[in-house]
Amino acid sequence: MHIIETGNVAAATGVKLARAQVVAAYPITPQTPLTEKLSEFVESGKMEAQYIPVESEHSALSVCIAAASTGARAFTATSSNGLLYMSEQVHWAAGARLPIVMCVANRAVGAPWNIWNDQQDSISQRDAGWIQMYASDHQHIIDKVIQAFYLAEKMKIPVMVCYDGYLLSHTYMPFEIPDEAMVDSFLPPFSPDYALDPGDPQNLNTVTLPDVRENIHGDLAPGYMEIRRSLHEDMRCAIVELGEIDKKYYEIFGRGGSPYVEAYKCDDASFIAVCLGSLSYHLRDVVDALRVEGIKMGVSGIQIYRPFPDQALVDVLKSAKGVIVLEKAISYGNQGALFADVKAALYPVKERPFVHNYILGLGGREIKTIDLYNALKDSCTASEAKVDTPRWIGLKL
Amino acid sequence: MSEKTSILNLPEEELVHSGSRACSGCGLGIIYRIGLKALGKNTILVVPPSCLTVLQGLYPIASTKLPCLNVTFASTGAAATGVKAALNALNKKGITVAGWAGDGGTSDIGLQSLSGACERGEEFIYICYDNEAYMNTGVQRSGTTPQGAVTTTTPIKGKLQQKKDVPAIIAGHGINYVATCSAAYPLDLYDKIKKATTIPATKYIHAHTPCPSGWGFDPKYTVKIGRLAIETGLYVLYEIEYSKWRLTGPSEKLLNKKLRPVRDYFEAQTRFKSITSSLISQVQKQVDEKWAGFAS
Repeated sequence: MHIIETGNVAAATGVKLARAQVVAAYPITPQTPLTEKLSEFVESGKMEAQYIPVESEHSALSVCIAAASTGARAFTATSSNGLLYMSEQVHWAAGARLPIVMCVANRAVGAPWNIWNDQQDSISQRDAGWIQMYASDHQHIIDKVIQAFYLAEKMKIPVMVCYDGYLLSHTYMPFEIPDEAMVDSFLPPFSPDYALDPGDPQNLNTVTLPDVRENIHGDLAPGYMEIRRSLHEDMRCAIVELGEIDKKYYEIFGRGGSPYVEAYKCDDASFIAVCLGSLSYHLRDVVDALRVEGIKMGVSGIQIYRPFPDQALVDVLKSAKGVIVLEKAISYGNQGALFADVKAALYPVKERPFVHNYILGLGGREIKTIDLYNALKDSCTASEAKVDTPRWIGLKL
Repeated sequence: MSEKTSILNLPEEELVHSGSRACSGCGLGIIYRIGLKALGKNTILVVPPSCLTVLQGLYPIASTKLPCLNVTFASTGAAATGVKAALNALNKKGITVAGWAGDGGTSDIGLQSLSGACERGEEFIYICYDNEAYMNTGVQRSGTTPQGAVTTTTPIKGKLQQKKDVPAIIAGHGINYVATCSAAYPLDLYDKIKKATTIPATKYIHAHTPCPSGWGFDPKYTVKIGRLAIETGLYVLYEIEYSKWRLTGPSEKLLNKKLRPVRDYFEAQTRFKSITSSLISQVQKQVDEKWAGFAS
């Protein structure tokens, strides 16, 4: 069924279709309508779940951690300072290997207070051990939410589905709601290997020593470092698994085919813009305009940021002369985090393209198409210039 | 109490393995062993960082026979909520959920999530073992450290502020059951936890828990010190069942009797080495006034 609705409703509908069993959330702009919609689904009986209106984001993720540890499919959502307030739990959920799904309606981080869009919130949680997916439109949001539960439960790793606040969370767009029975055939009920159970008592997340240690049967149990390495290894495996999930989803729903990088006019491109989220669709107009002028431009929207799809990205970028990374976040004192990742991925390529970095749209600063056009054109025409510090688009002072 | 448990009919089955990492004379050891008997086997525990984390053992060996979820410091009330929510979602009935935290994890960093859970009326029992400082990290002051007590963060003058009355704060949420108890009176504790398992929604148990290393007394005197706290009237054992407050057990017996002077309690512990005579007199006056109120 096609409808025209907001990104937040797309997310809530995906959560309902995925049959999340425990939902805990705390309102924060611009995530709030998602929370409201889920409470409405549950209260009206359209969704069979426990809805816990917690007193903070820290508790929201805590409820999900405990619920997932007890064997229930759990969901939460937040933005900005809410994500940072739950940061301790973000790390904990990954360390405990719990397949929680969380939507992040991306918003700038205070201080100063700012409720508008950028991606500093989720990028700052990059190294917490979560899989991070980024949506470019409402169809992406609902499809990725459903896929996220599958991926999380398969890999025992929590997944963030990130989408731009307001630009996606509050705008109305047409999208298709997947058929409920088809979602059920895609996503089986959550069945964890172990869960809190008085019939099979286990002490979960207990103090674990630096070194390995024997259990009461004399077998060696992993130490902290082995546990952490397995999280990393499984994160890398998640890249392969996402490819399989994308194929399966495509077979059932007819959508997919680019689980890692959504490339627009990149096949013959001399220059490729790279970014996360809705900006990649905004840039398609700029690509078309530059092509009219004879500049072979393309744009790649990265769909999954952690684990980083380095190989898939290199496959798209390796033949280009130049790569331009545009980001709504920055690693202060260094450069854009995505820029650093793209450069690292390209390093093994023998004749690698130059890579430029632009920071834009922080705190909701308007991203004008003409500014994007000028920046990309500048990078394409000044391609030999070695610019290794980020440049800024849209600064007025 | 309607039914009083005695040493003769206390369940024999132990839910804690022999041997633990608790310090010798640890009051928590008593509360934990007896408390688990009252909660019963069909229980899931939720435990934040505290002495109990240490007592329960290091991976992959555990001293508890119950399933336990170790959670972050501030999150016990929310985590217990999540366990119960999942049990409800999975239609698993009849399992008791018990949050078990220290005084720091309850009165300070964990108060918000506990308050949220109480306000929502979540279905679990919360047990706070109050050893009156951050003992697991080496005796730093907490919200429930009593006035005058020396800790490693009140090293010279002792704590200047009063002890936070956590049971009163929790009672302010209007939950169905709030009770205080003491490690020195394990059967009273047993009966109160047992009663809590029969009452719906959120239940709160606050257990005064002497700590030999943190309070400065010989480990053999744990029960003696715990009893002194009650016999001096400093700590009061009571329960609030559906908003009805009443003195219970050992404290009830003290009503209209002469209490031992609080000085006896202070002088038995080195943590009160810096306490002034005027503070002792002030505390004695507060205790006398409180008990006069009970008598009327």
